[in-house]
Amino acid sequence: MIAAIEPSWYLILAALLFSIGASGLLIRRNPLIMFMCIELMLNAANLTFVALATKLGDINGQTAVFFVMVVAAAEVVVGLGIIVSILRRKPGATADDLAELKG
Amino acid sequence: MDTTFLEYLVFFAAAAMVLGGAIGVITLKNPVHAALGLVMTLFGIAVQFVAQEAHFLAAVQVIVYAGAIVVLFLFVIMLLGVDNAMDLSIEPIKVQRPLAAIMGLGLASLITAAVIKADSSTVLPGAVGDGIDVATETGDHDSNIKQLAENLYGDHVFAFQLTSVLLVVAVAGTVVLTRKWPKADAEDADASSSTTSGAAK
Repeated sequence: MIAAIEPSWYLILAALLFSIGASGLLIRRNPLIMFMCIELMLNAANLTFVALATKLGDINGQTAVFFVMVVAAAEVVVGLGIIVSILRRKPGATADDLAELKG
Repeated sequence: MDTTFLEYLVFFAAAAMVLGGAIGVITLKNPVHAALGLVMTLFGIAVQFVAQEAHFLAAVQVIVYAGAIVVLFLFVIMLLGVDNAMDLSIEPIKVQRPLAAIMGLGLASLITAAVIKADSSTVLPGAVGDGIDVATETGDHDSNIKQLAENLYGDHVFAFQLTSVLLVVAVAGTVVLTRKWPKADAEDADASSSTTSGAAK
């Protein structure tokens, strides 16, 4: 008889996902890919919330995930708007080309 | 035994989807392929939500993330025409990639060690799925949504209403940021930038 799946396995999976997202944010230069890495880290945090909500039997964790999703949607809308306006002015710009504030 | 084996199968298949998609996001050259890797990761997370009885969040994950956010990403990629493959071999700062890899490994091992230590040393109140896992006991499949709704519209109703303000502000801000102002089109690029920044304030 194998043991049932522990909630800590989900936490370890979320830790791995968060680490991949964080290193991707440091490695990649394309602003869009960096934004996707932020989404990866947000999803790792969501997975942690749900795993602990299930483990502790507290529905507040799932409500927190709901709010994280709403904030992530708003963040993506604003962030992609900024990226569109940057790339429209400087086509093909990477994160290294955005060192100065003046467009 | 059989159910446990199925749970293992679901967990490891979804974990492989999550990690494979995430590695695809940070390694693939083409941004469109990276966005598809992101879709795979998000679906894997949705499967993990279902496995933990968070059915409503799994549905929202598929609809909002995979349905709306990734489509927005793909739309911007296609709109800007950056879907040509980027050269990943260019490395502006020489030591950055090894340092980033070391930091990623260190972060992963640190959090994993913390999880294992906390798991072995703490006895948490409540058994696994004590308060949430009512759905399987009663056979009422709406009870996860019902619990979430009672919590959301009861305890957190003010925060819920504030999210509508957040979304309206985000939409209005994006329109201001990305709109090509008609007055600025007639003038030169400098006037256009000052008009846009002035309007954004």
